[in-house]
Amino acid sequence: MPERTLMGGNIAIAEGAILAGCGAYFGYPITPQNDLLEHMAKRMPEEDRIFLQTESELAAINMVYGAAAAGFRSMTSTSSPGFSLQQEGISYMAGSEIPAVIANIMRAGPGLGNIGGAQGDYMQCTRGGGHGDYYLITLAPSSVQDMMDFTMLAFELADKYRNPVLVMADGFLGQVVESVVIRDRVKKLPEKRWAITGAAGRPKNIINSFEMNPMDHPARIKLILQKFERMQRNEVRYEGLNLEDADIVLVAYGSVARSAMTAMQEARLHKIKVGLLRPITVLPFPYQPLSDLAGRGCKFVAAEMSGGQMVEDVRIAVGNRNEVKLVNSWGGVPLTADEIFEAIDLLA
Amino acid sequence: MDGFEDMIFGRPEVMEDRPTHFCPGCGHGITQRLIGEVIDELGIQERAVCVASIGCTVTAYAYFKVDGLESAHGRAPAVATAIKRVRPELFPFTLQGDGDLASIGTAEIVHAAARGEKITVIFANNATYGMTGGQLAPTTLIGMYSASTTGGRTVEQSGYPIRMSEMLATLDGPSYITRVSLHNPANVRKARKAIELAFRAQLAGLGLSFVEVLSMCPINWKVEPVKARQWMADNMIPQFPLGEFKCIPEVEALKKAVKG
Repeated sequence: MPERTLMGGNIAIAEGAILAGCGAYFGYPITPQNDLLEHMAKRMPEEDRIFLQTESELAAINMVYGAAAAGFRSMTSTSSPGFSLQQEGISYMAGSEIPAVIANIMRAGPGLGNIGGAQGDYMQCTRGGGHGDYYLITLAPSSVQDMMDFTMLAFELADKYRNPVLVMADGFLGQVVESVVIRDRVKKLPEKRWAITGAAGRPKNIINSFEMNPMDHPARIKLILQKFERMQRNEVRYEGLNLEDADIVLVAYGSVARSAMTAMQEARLHKIKVGLLRPITVLPFPYQPLSDLAGRGCKFVAAEMSGGQMVEDVRIAVGNRNEVKLVNSWGGVPLTADEIFEAIDLLA
Repeated sequence: MDGFEDMIFGRPEVMEDRPTHFCPGCGHGITQRLIGEVIDELGIQERAVCVASIGCTVTAYAYFKVDGLESAHGRAPAVATAIKRVRPELFPFTLQGDGDLASIGTAEIVHAAARGEKITVIFANNATYGMTGGQLAPTTLIGMYSASTTGGRTVEQSGYPIRMSEMLATLDGPSYITRVSLHNPANVRKARKAIELAFRAQLAGLGLSFVEVLSMCPINWKVEPVKARQWMADNMIPQFPLGEFKCIPEVEALKKAVKG
């Protein structure tokens, strides 16, 4: 019988990281993920692993890079303003082919904004965020169980692609307390022959994103672009509910997917055939299934806590074929099932 | 070959057999060679990790036969901190210039020092931004030409140069902080001893060891290479006095082991 317990969302990320063999956590306090940092401060030493509260998010991401370059599974967590500071470090890791996990517990922006949950970093997460050509697999949990499971998956995918992976949650999900199954500990971590371990009995390992000869740089970028192609082919994940006979498809992720589920159930009671497509990977985005549904004649309601960011990916999938309606909230205010239902009702 | 049996001087074993990219009269070639000598002396080639930074040291890892990595501008102390914390048996050292350490990276060096991280930092102070073409540095002297203060640095516009060694010495975390110079052979020897002592401090598990090396940048100073060393002695030493600013008793005790 697997162990089951009540756990907060942020805590589930922390425990998921420990189960996945995360050897080093570096972080800086920022609301709404301070409990994640505090939990790691207590738990990592208990597990004989490295924890350090850093002087800034800039230092944290660079320490993640250092520990990851030394071959350890390494992570940081932050919220939107801190995530902005980390873009340079993430770009360096992507350019140097360094695996890492970054959890962004989104709050409302821009600027100092609001500590309430939001989904306004979608573009930042899926359109690079930092400079240069790179793409990060971005996982969007919708439940506390997801927070644990996707963190574990993030470490696996980071090592698989030698690339940073984002866990993109929001402030509400971070605080929600739900029942979770504690997963099994990862027993065996992959070998990393490229890591900084001291050049004993082997040629030296160099970690960099730079080529002495500029003519060698395009080949590096080609590797990154090929990684992205493989991600698009192999790593799309989503959940479909009631899509078989749906006339209207809700597209929502994160905590909004929960409100969307309620709205869908309400709509079904009103005899409106609504389905839900919940992206699990917002990068790579599930364009194909949405395109197939558009081909079948479905209409779409994109629901998100932002000015309208994920909706653009839905429009890319659907094209001019059918209507894509946006229902949204912003500024740290949750999007309710009622608001989503109203949008469905208008479309039906 | 006769007469060559006892090689008494040559390229340090840990250094790659390749030309460097430094300008004529640059101090980096000397500093990196001294580091190479010390790595050989201490036998730490298999443990050393070269954390290069942004500036003319960006290619440092190309010159040493040790594991090495790039770091973002100013962040080398954070990168070295993480490597040492996860793999304490390794020997990370950073090589940083004025912009990297004294400008964009001041937070990282101050906090690594305050925490007493067991890393070694070699700071090449040439009072300019070498790689990018000689712009103002936090260490540029008052009245000194720079590409972004072509009339000479003024206090009104740009304030005063920063003395990093003295500043860091106010912290409890570091074990050894010293400033040396490369302006003549006697001082190059002192620089070597300082670097060796700093490395021995890390080997002994002591807090952050820091060597500030006054270094030449003739191209950006617009001084002829043969005159640059004297220029440095005449102009930089008054602003950046040589000597030790912190040396805890445990480091003092290591001095007798230092060669030469």
